Amino acid sequence: MYGTGLAKGLMLTLRHFVESYVDDVRYGFRKYHHSTDNFGIRQGTKTKGVITVQYPDEKVAVPERFRFVPFLIVEDEDHPTRAGKDWCTSCGICAKVCPPQCIWIVRGNDPNTGRPVPEPEAFFIDIDICMNCGFCAEYCPFDAIKMDHDYELASYDRTTHHIHDKERLSKPNSYWRGIAPTRAYEEMLVRGTWEHKDAAKEARRGAASSRASAPRPAAERPAAPQAEVASEASASGETAAPAPAAEGATPWTEDDAKREERRRKALERKARRAAKRGQ
Amino acid sequence: MDNPAPAPERQLDTATVDEAIGFLRSEHADAVTLDDRDGYEGIIVEGGRLLDIARVIRDDLGFDYLSSATAVDYLGAGDHLEMVYHAYRTSGGGALVFKAQTDRENAEIPSLVSIWRGADFQEREAWDLMGIKFPGHPNLKRILMWEGFQGHPLRKDWREAYYEEEQKPFDSRWPGGHVHRAEEKNVFGKNVTYPPDIDLGRLMDTSESAVYQSLGLGVDVERIMDKDGFETNELVVNMGPHHPSTHGVFRMVLTVDGETVTSLEPVMGYLHRNHEKIGERNTYLHNIPFTDRLDYISSMGNNHGYVLAVEQLMSLGRKYNPPTYRCEALRVMMVELSRIVNHLWAIGFWLNDIGAFFTPVLYFVQERERILDFFEAVAGSRMMCNYMRFGGLFGDLPARIKSVSNLTNDRVRDYNTMQFLTEMINERIPRTIDDLERLLTQNEILLERSIGVGVLSREDAVNYSAAGPLLRGSGVAYDIRRAEPYSIYPELDFDVAVEEEGDMYARYRVRVAEMRESVRILKQILPRLEATAGESIWADGKPGAYAPRVPHGEAYGRVENGKGELGYYVVSAGGRGGSANPWRYHVRAPSFINLTPMGIMSRGHKVADIVGILGSIDIVLGETDR
Amino acid sequence: MNLQELNQTEFPVPAELENNIAITSLSQLYNWGRRNSMWPMLFGLACCAIEMIATAASRFDFSRFGFEVMRATPRQADLMIVSGTVTKKMVVPIVRLYNQMPEPKYVLAMGACASGGGPFKEGYNVVSGMDKYLPVDVYVPGCPPTPQALLYGMIALQRKIDGQSIANGDDVPWYGVSSAEPTPVPVLGPDIIDPRQMDMIRRQAEAAASDMAGIGLRELPSITQVVTAQAAVEATADVAAPPVSTDALSFVLPTGGTPWAEAEDIREKRRQRALARKAMRATRRAASEEE
Repeated sequence: MYGTGLAKGLMLTLRHFVESYVDDVRYGFRKYHHSTDNFGIRQGTKTKGVITVQYPDEKVAVPERFRFVPFLIVEDEDHPTRAGKDWCTSCGICAKVCPPQCIWIVRGNDPNTGRPVPEPEAFFIDIDICMNCGFCAEYCPFDAIKMDHDYELASYDRTTHHIHDKERLSKPNSYWRGIAPTRAYEEMLVRGTWEHKDAAKEARRGAASSRASAPRPAAERPAAPQAEVASEASASGETAAPAPAAEGATPWTEDDAKREERRRKALERKARRAAKRGQ
Repeated sequence: MDNPAPAPERQLDTATVDEAIGFLRSEHADAVTLDDRDGYEGIIVEGGRLLDIARVIRDDLGFDYLSSATAVDYLGAGDHLEMVYHAYRTSGGGALVFKAQTDRENAEIPSLVSIWRGADFQEREAWDLMGIKFPGHPNLKRILMWEGFQGHPLRKDWREAYYEEEQKPFDSRWPGGHVHRAEEKNVFGKNVTYPPDIDLGRLMDTSESAVYQSLGLGVDVERIMDKDGFETNELVVNMGPHHPSTHGVFRMVLTVDGETVTSLEPVMGYLHRNHEKIGERNTYLHNIPFTDRLDYISSMGNNHGYVLAVEQLMSLGRKYNPPTYRCEALRVMMVELSRIVNHLWAIGFWLNDIGAFFTPVLYFVQERERILDFFEAVAGSRMMCNYMRFGGLFGDLPARIKSVSNLTNDRVRDYNTMQFLTEMINERIPRTIDDLERLLTQNEILLERSIGVGVLSREDAVNYSAAGPLLRGSGVAYDIRRAEPYSIYPELDFDVAVEEEGDMYARYRVRVAEMRESVRILKQILPRLEATAGESIWADGKPGAYAPRVPHGEAYGRVENGKGELGYYVVSAGGRGGSANPWRYHVRAPSFINLTPMGIMSRGHKVADIVGILGSIDIVLGETDR
Repeated sequence: MNLQELNQTEFPVPAELENNIAITSLSQLYNWGRRNSMWPMLFGLACCAIEMIATAASRFDFSRFGFEVMRATPRQADLMIVSGTVTKKMVVPIVRLYNQMPEPKYVLAMGACASGGGPFKEGYNVVSGMDKYLPVDVYVPGCPPTPQALLYGMIALQRKIDGQSIANGDDVPWYGVSSAEPTPVPVLGPDIIDPRQMDMIRRQAEAAASDMAGIGLRELPSITQVVTAQAAVEATADVAAPPVSTDALSFVLPTGGTPWAEAEDIREKRRQRALARKAMRATRRAASEEE
């Protein structure tokens, strides 16, 4: 009969329409504020109905392998021997494998001897050229350059913001372990130590020369990191600590302060009103 | 079509490609020589006899499908230009490669458009980018650049404004990598150079008038009497490059008589981003992420074709390990998933074009997001997967698909990867396809709009080098996964989707059937992945080198991508140690060549149907213009 | 409508009227209206366009921010999202489209290509950044930016509008004395020609003709050089040399500054006018205060 095909299709749209309210009913019309579990279900394989992510209030977290703009790993500030030291040895492999050639490295030189030292003097990435392919991170033999997960990089002026220098690129090792615990663990297994390759080598050499029975690097391996991260996360409450925001990353820092102030005032007013009503 | 069936006894003589070449060499010894360069295949045909030989190849030997025609500039290695043709039989089998050479100064090769209409755009591209003239071509104008552009950019001695070095990696990046922007070195601050004798006094935009001239429109507009005796004029209507239903920056110039289209000229190049020129500066590895940006809807398929081509070249050398079984299974899985993504997208936007504004698209895009989540978790990016490597992959499947981030509050999604895949393949994707069919297949409006519109006959489809659903929708059961199998497709059980009618609806049916076949393949892949769990994705257990040397030779790697046959023609000019950069890197883009029959498909239809016909071809501009 | 968002003055509102009354400044009201009805143009260029569609689709849905519907015609659009690689062939229609958009209009450069040429920057048909031709308000890096990154950029644009004042001629140039000058449409000649650079091109051509300098003009080495390894080394040495010497540049541009400063002439002029007006207002105010 003419029209049955149409009717069937319209039934499907009707189903979609009804399904868009299923979550509302299930979570008592508080689906966006119910809990983070609800968000996971909405973004998973089982979901039906409305799947909208209420960005910026809720965000789809990126998986570990996600790649955006690269960053450089530096040793944590609380590291006993190598605090603040670059993992990069300026070997130049990342600059060679970079398809659009957006990485610029000035190799470090010892000012006294003039010989190259394993540390970059300057490091630039032009993020207007970078294609986020991840080759630099993939082929770095020292695990020193990694792809960042911070995609919120919009700016008003590209001439000043879009060539990332070493200072802008550097992020502590703990940051990398935080955003990609499994991968950091896998890399550690390949390296054989949580330390930088060179640091481990030095430690071994030092131990051999002093003939002290230093603990082997393999013995330093802590337990699998997942548990570590999970415990950290649960300790820090509902939202984990935000990434250390680099300078100039948020173009509206000032506005945020203003907004915060406004919200505070509004809350005060609300409280006053409630108090009045109570009287 | 004057395509007489070849005599059966002769067919026996020339059943294989080698036998066909032997036949040509014995019967036409004066015009045909064997290409005996190291790592090369096929024959070199003498330029003057090219038309005769091509006719023999098509009619007598049965190689009726011209897949690719491209040019190579052998500057410094013989100093000649060469056209390379790959012809196939639609019954399956390997390529008959034939070439014609010409000198660089007055480059001229007879046009093959009279034999294979599919050579039309490809020869125009060769003229545009390489500067080879094709006597006998009906409309030899620039196709990707504009008329009036200075030079032929793919020639080896032509250099772009931001030229740095012949080959990457550039030496200025390391060890003394003092950053600068390319603008700072160009005096105009833009990506431009001008010839020293530029005449600014008589500067005018010639690109537009050339477009309209190619329609055959002179000053005299043809006057037509309609059936009631009214005198009417033909009108020229321009669509695009900014148009909501041209799927990007595509442009068509139509002549219409009332509402009826009398001729159509596709105009492209608005997204020509010099993929091939950049590809020849790049190293072999560098090109993988660039291929992602060709057909950006299904980047996994693009990766696959390119790594196949380079692996084919590498296998000529001694040190080469073919990929492991698990690697192949993963590749096939990714490609089939992206085929589903591609067809969902194509059908959705085709419906947009014929009037179902955005409801179906939103349903399908929603499902696409799930697959993209998977790609993101495995390969690192939603669209630009950059997943395959020569002889391996970027990485094995992660054990769990989960979001770990200290940036956001989403720490909840966490699935076992195999469980996620099983759910997707066994439940979610089939359900989506069922929904799609329920919504559309019997929908009377859709049937009215699409049956009998944009018909492409079987003969035309083959002759115009159509590929993919466009070809199979016209009744040609030609699927590279079956016709010239690669990877692990021979052992997988699936059917080639084919429909006889050749109209928009047939193409829709082919796409739906192909999605079902993809699900069937994916269901067979799952147990294979489970069986090979723990196996390395690299033959020798460790990732490949970052700067592989590729031995001298040529290779044409082709895959059945969502849009059709995607081919990569790669020439390596390495010496004994091999080369690090391709000498020639050409992409046979299905979206580009599938547009060749756009003109004949649209003739006689209404303007409103044109966008539907374009949608049913399913083009993506990154690949059309490269 | 969220009244509390609008209510931003020092004047107290009686508590019982808070849900009904908002006291605001004209600028804030104006900005609030502008930023919450920012309709983008339905205009996709390349890969980023697919992510833009994904952002418009149900999962990310930029209608939530008042980006509402995409309009296919520039006449109804407020925002041009340059989503993808801008080629020389395409920049001509883009500039034309931009000129057809009614003021106030904004440009968001989505992705590396639109911001600065991206991975295809070196290509002969690629424009290295939309800002070479049009004033860009927000740059969203990424290749391609994920939908959430694009949303972040769009919110950044709204914040930018929030910070503008209707009293400042620089922020609202469309209320200026003279009508806005359209951006000159580039011409496709032997290469793309920006009419704003015509003088510079002429000087270059003259210099080349009189053999005084050949900077910026294509110099092809001989054919044999290209293929020999020796040539590659030489070319490298050439490129590694420090940037074009300032002497040469000062010959081309007696005024000094970056070579592409001319391209920004119009913007700069507009800014100067606005600053002059501002200064005039300030002196007038000072004078009246003295009185």
